[in-house]
Amino acid sequence: MSGPTDSKRDEIRSYAIGYGLALALTGAAFATVRWPSFVSTTTLAVVLGLALVQMVVHFRFFMHISLRKSARDDLQLILFSTLIVILMVSGTLVLLFNLRARMM
Amino acid sequence: MMTQGIWPAVLGRFDWHALPFVRAWENPTASEIIGAGAALIVIIGAVVVVALITRLGKWRYLWSEWFASLDHKKIGIMYIVLAFVMLSRALIEAVLIRMQQASAIDNPGFIAPDHFAQLFSTHGSIMIFFMAMPFLVGLINYVMPLQIGSRDVAFPLLNSISLWLTGGAAGLMMISLVIGEFSTGGWSGYPPYTELAFSPGVGPDYWIWAVTLGSIGSTLTGINFAVTIYKMRCPGMDLMQMPLFVWTALCTSILMIFAMPPLTVATALLALDRYLGFHFFTNDLGGNMMNYANLFWLFGHPEVYILILPAFGVYSEVVSTFSSKELYGYTSLVLATAAIALLSFTVWIHHFFTMGQNADINAVFGIATMTIGVPTGVKIYDWIWTMFRGRVRFTVPMLYSLAFMMTFVLGGMTGILLAFPPLDYLVHNTLFLVAHFHNMLIPGLLYGMLAGYHYWFPKAFGFRLNERWGRISFGCWVVGFYLAFMPLYVLGAAGVARRTQGMFDPIFRPWLYVAGVGALILLAALGALFVQLWVSIRERDANRVFAGDPWDGRGLEWSISAPPPEYNYAVIPQVHGRNPFFDAKRKDDPYATPASYSDIELPKNSMTGPVIGAVGAATAFGLVWHMWWLAIIGVLAIIATVIARSFARDVDQTIPADKIERTERGWLRAVAEATPIPREVEMTTANQGLAEISG
Amino acid sequence: MSASATKHAGLNLGSTDELTHEQAGNAVFGFWVFLMSDAVLFALLFATYGVMLPATVGGPTPASEYKILPAFLETLALLTSSFTFGMASVAMKHGASRRQLLGWMGVTLILGAAFLGMELHDFATMFGDGAYPTRSGYLSSFFALVPLHGLHVFFGSIWIIVMMVQVMTFGLDARVKINILRLGLFWHFLDIVWIAIFSVVYLQGLIR
Repeated sequence: MSGPTDSKRDEIRSYAIGYGLALALTGAAFATVRWPSFVSTTTLAVVLGLALVQMVVHFRFFMHISLRKSARDDLQLILFSTLIVILMVSGTLVLLFNLRARMM
Repeated sequence: MMTQGIWPAVLGRFDWHALPFVRAWENPTASEIIGAGAALIVIIGAVVVVALITRLGKWRYLWSEWFASLDHKKIGIMYIVLAFVMLSRALIEAVLIRMQQASAIDNPGFIAPDHFAQLFSTHGSIMIFFMAMPFLVGLINYVMPLQIGSRDVAFPLLNSISLWLTGGAAGLMMISLVIGEFSTGGWSGYPPYTELAFSPGVGPDYWIWAVTLGSIGSTLTGINFAVTIYKMRCPGMDLMQMPLFVWTALCTSILMIFAMPPLTVATALLALDRYLGFHFFTNDLGGNMMNYANLFWLFGHPEVYILILPAFGVYSEVVSTFSSKELYGYTSLVLATAAIALLSFTVWIHHFFTMGQNADINAVFGIATMTIGVPTGVKIYDWIWTMFRGRVRFTVPMLYSLAFMMTFVLGGMTGILLAFPPLDYLVHNTLFLVAHFHNMLIPGLLYGMLAGYHYWFPKAFGFRLNERWGRISFGCWVVGFYLAFMPLYVLGAAGVARRTQGMFDPIFRPWLYVAGVGALILLAALGALFVQLWVSIRERDANRVFAGDPWDGRGLEWSISAPPPEYNYAVIPQVHGRNPFFDAKRKDDPYATPASYSDIELPKNSMTGPVIGAVGAATAFGLVWHMWWLAIIGVLAIIATVIARSFARDVDQTIPADKIERTERGWLRAVAEATPIPREVEMTTANQGLAEISG
Repeated sequence: MSASATKHAGLNLGSTDELTHEQAGNAVFGFWVFLMSDAVLFALLFATYGVMLPATVGGPTPASEYKILPAFLETLALLTSSFTFGMASVAMKHGASRRQLLGWMGVTLILGAAFLGMELHDFATMFGDGAYPTRSGYLSSFFALVPLHGLHVFFGSIWIIVMMVQVMTFGLDARVKINILRLGLFWHFLDIVWIAIFSVVYLQGLIR
């Protein structure tokens, strides 16, 4: 984890860990699609799940968001934004799919 | 000639018929002549203003003291000036709408359908984007930094850029009166009507770009205010110690940050359809126009809370001050504000209950909509309890607050009615709806803005407004509102649709006549405000309140001179409690001389804001008229300006400590020489801005 | 919290430059807020894409247009560029030579350009297949979302060039440092949006 007082080596290590994890998660997602092992809805769920985890990895290791006090404002901001995004996106999808169903 | 050589590329799709004078010449109907008249007013108005400034030799003054200033106080005032100018235009448009509807009963009236549609489109667009938003942003800009003990907002340059983007967009609206025409699709601009297939002209493009420029400005403002409130409060001012006006400003800013992007997406996708032939909302090839309504109201609902929350903040300040009593239920007011802000993202579908989704979805959003009425009710009770057993003074701001409490609640109740989907199916898009939202916006937003204007005007300009003309204006606003809009509830319930140029049943006649009279009284109310300003300026020397505290106020903004010095506070205050200045007056020495003064660093003027605003408007104009060279140059110029500004290093000025000391001593001397006055005489020339402390 | 006592994630200058650390608080937080508004914008374009996926109107479909290898290579390029920008941030914070900092920024720029080049090539291939944005609602939504991200990467690349010039002109004064911090946040944010794009757009479209 990287903060205002960390040493250079720790910081490089943090970025390297983040990069490694992201590579692995990316590879896993592409592999799941390239060599299908599940039914399509499960594959989609796996891909989206891996994406979510990788986003967290980026926030944590590249953008230094953590539970420590110095990152608290930013974490709250990201969580609130996530809430708004979930409301807007899920509302949109539910609404428009309902309209499509009723028009077919 | 215009169709040959390079002219098509240079002039885009402009031709002589874009000018209303040409149209009126060729087809001299009453409608066209009114359109030409409006264009003439714009041109003459611009010429007169430019000529006056030139004659008085004030260009340099205007530029260096106002246009290029990064001072939040100047920017706030300029926003409010813009709001009043645009209010004048949009109110006249409203009068024309009312007159047309009153005269068009089984009769074509005097305004053609196409013009009528432009009128209601500009009326709505201007009132929301170029009157209400600038007014509230201007008030927050002026007052909020003072209330938190700060010297400016977090990003002064961004503040200026936001102002000028808004100004440029407003300019685009005014230009649309002179060159071309405006959209006929209402302030909401629904496709497929606003797609090329049905509206190939320049109208919807003017709307798209004016709204886009304005919405970018608002998003940046929201970011600016939110960071200011989070990060720049003076020592001791925790979140739960902030004035309510600052709390509502914070929630408004959060709404702006998250609600503007959906609008940007909606208008951008419509622009892609119109300019590049995409198929987001077209009738053919897979367009889904229902997504537009979804996107637009994802913005539109939080937008109405953006409009109302600052007004609620004003009422909290005004009711407390003029009841001579601390605000009742601070925590519940804060929680209610936060609840309103959050819930405002959960109700947007109630704007299109009739669009075709199933009853379960409608029910969920109907319930959410009814829920959002509860926190507002909490606030009303808190204000009533604040007045209870207080010593209420019926000043103009207080009168607006009382009228608000009664009238807004009526409108709120019709909102609960509309929240019920089966009932909404009956009155959706009728005059009932029009009456409802004007019932919220006029007594809610507008009275709040006017109350704030009267309340803080003395702080900003150093002298009080004339109370008698204030009351006259108030009376006209209230009577005018009731006469203009109560009949619309009846008409809407009887089935009269909104946005209609003609009426077909003479039974509606009396209601429309009353509404027409109401509109004229509202116009008189606006006139009275201008008379008030004129009279107040003429009498300013007698009504000066330089000591800075004309109302025995509670917050920090009253603890400095009126008008405040450029740096606001010579020494950043340290506060305890929610009414720091009020407590200081009663328990401490609020006008103590500080131990020492230090240099203060403030931002220098910058031309970045006006340049970006002007170039932005020019770019938009180029896009509207398909003058691609202009649009491309404009975009490149904006990018170049931003990059160039990032290289600037000498961007701050230092105000030396001895200059500060002289300014402060001058003010403190005036305070020492002023006579403290009791509240009974606060509306007389005896009020020098110093309050007598009676406990 | 009334004073700027709390500092920020992404603002990691504390032990090396206290004064800039203070001034940067507002600037960095403000930029985070801007990124969140940008995130909402992208989220709604994703929602629109989801809504318009079925609107292929007998034209090209995701299955027919998306190629997994280019998508993978673009992802690698952008992800690595995030890592190299991280190395640039470390170099800036820990007082490395100007050459090192400029070197890492330059590598980031090259990787960003590679990403853009590959993406433009993808679009050209799609156009060749008759899959242009005016063909259907689905293609309109694809060409709003993905090129918008590309446009952001383009402006980010311009920003990198401007910052490299400023490092050479002014050295690492406070304003340059704060600007590079914000650029870093922007660059990482774009990689996060790309995660969503390769997952929701490309991989979803390629699932059999």
